[in-house]
Amino acid sequence: MNTAPRRQIAFNYFLLILCSAVAIYPLVGIGLASLYPRGPASSPSGFSLPPTFGWHNYVDAWTQGKFSGYFKVSTIVAAVMVPASVVLSILGGYAFATMRFRGAKVIFWLFILGLIIPTEATIVPLYYDVRAMGLIDTYWALILLEVSGEVSFGIYWMRAAFMSAPRSLLEAARIDGASSWRTLWGILVPFARPAILTLSVLTFADSWNEFFLALVFTVNHMTAPAGLASFQGRYTTDIALVSAGAMIVALPIVIVFIFFQRDFMRGMLTGAVKG
Amino acid sequence: MEEELSVASRAVAVGGRRKPERLPGEARRIGYLYVAPAFILYAAFNLFPLVQGVNISFYNWDGISPGTWVGLANYREFFTDPAIRSTYLHVLELMFFYTFMPIVIGLFLAVVLSRIRIRGLTFFRMLLFLPLVITDVVTAVAWTWVYGTRPAGPLNTMLEAVGLGHFIPSAGWLGDFNTALPAVGVFGMWGGFGFSLILFLAGVMKIPASLYEAARVDGANALREFLAVTLPGLRYELQVVVVLSVIGTLGTFDEIYVLTAGGPGTATSVPAYQIWNRMFNTGQVGSAAALGLVLMLIVFAVTFAINRAMERGGED
Repeated sequence: MNTAPRRQIAFNYFLLILCSAVAIYPLVGIGLASLYPRGPASSPSGFSLPPTFGWHNYVDAWTQGKFSGYFKVSTIVAAVMVPASVVLSILGGYAFATMRFRGAKVIFWLFILGLIIPTEATIVPLYYDVRAMGLIDTYWALILLEVSGEVSFGIYWMRAAFMSAPRSLLEAARIDGASSWRTLWGILVPFARPAILTLSVLTFADSWNEFFLALVFTVNHMTAPAGLASFQGRYTTDIALVSAGAMIVALPIVIVFIFFQRDFMRGMLTGAVKG
Repeated sequence: MEEELSVASRAVAVGGRRKPERLPGEARRIGYLYVAPAFILYAAFNLFPLVQGVNISFYNWDGISPGTWVGLANYREFFTDPAIRSTYLHVLELMFFYTFMPIVIGLFLAVVLSRIRIRGLTFFRMLLFLPLVITDVVTAVAWTWVYGTRPAGPLNTMLEAVGLGHFIPSAGWLGDFNTALPAVGVFGMWGGFGFSLILFLAGVMKIPASLYEAARVDGANALREFLAVTLPGLRYELQVVVVLSVIGTLGTFDEIYVLTAGGPGTATSVPAYQIWNRMFNTGQVGSAAALGLVLMLIVFAVTFAINRAMERGGED
């Protein structure tokens, strides 16, 4: 009676450890590879530690590989894009959650449609529109396009968050004669702070990881993922150097993920499961 | 991969499920003002380009010289050009790896793991989630190394060590016509199984124990129990995984760009890659616009069909 569950427990942990190892192996592997000496002769096989530990690949990638520049672009785009997108989502979500106006339903479903319109469906005309505006290879192109792509989910998310607010909160504000603006920022936003934090974290991740738009709209001002892709194309055989670049690109997301793990999970699991 | 599970598609599976409830609150015109900033941006960069795209799709245009009106010719290509058809066949094959396999693996593991309370689940969950959180470009770079030939990556090193070196294709896993697409698929499977496992595990734990007890009283064996209790209990989670991963596979681009650039030849070309290639490399801008719109319609149709099918299945 006692041995069966114990064996089962051991088996379960074995499975979990195996799965986790598979999940992180390629990432740990390039982490180790990034510490190897440079050049095609060096061959990090993934089953041994580097002969010497050195950070020189990171220095090379940062300076010669221009990763400092890619990093800067991604940071600036995210720093403008995340607050803008979250604020617009708060405003829109608030209206759809608490107000009735003609056409509200249609407008809301238009936003929802945006959740499944693939970027590829609009990319051709968008390219010529952005070019006509003189915004090719600028921060603004990425900021505007990313925000416009992100508000669909943001509004959907904030509407759900505001709708879960107790009725009494809104009633009280109404009796006090608070304006709609004051009700939003004074009462609902503090109430929905966890949802707003989750939305901010997910929006940041999307912005940092954006590749397709950066590939299409930037030439010299590439974001970190686009920079990495072009870098890999130029240094195919220099695994150690490319790995260092990959680690630089991944690092901010990994840090944010470790700190806001619960928000990530909630956004990606609960967000998908609960309307 | 996503699959890439982009934020944009995260809520889709939910969209059809809830009946749109009557919007609460008072009638207030000021609502327009709150919605306007987001809507103007959204309309300018998402809805308006759709209309422009329809116009462009009727032209034979290289992006530079004036185009010529060709009517529906770009759409007819969809049925006549084998290069286009093959991209959708590739997507179908990828779905085996991106959708079917993560579901099978996730279901199996969730059933086994749910029998016992796991300590440190948060930690394991974090590790399992990492491939999803990190951008596809980074994970694809990592897999380029895993599959690498010169210098040999871990896969080839391992195969040679156990005497299976002769299985390694001379052009490398990603360069061989037969292995390139499955190799991309394995990458997607790796990126997707953590999501379905965690989602299913959470779902299984929510199934009331009384249902399992009732099944056992009825003398159900493990398989019957799985079919009668677990699977119906996970219906909603299944719907989420299927919808998100199918949409993600239809739009696959990042990993193709990094791992194979659609090659060798067009062995791993997918719709999104084809669109990008026609637009920027081969000067078939009108065709690219048409293909983009067709892709969107297919995504709409598939999303609708899956949601309908799974909801109907649930009512039985």
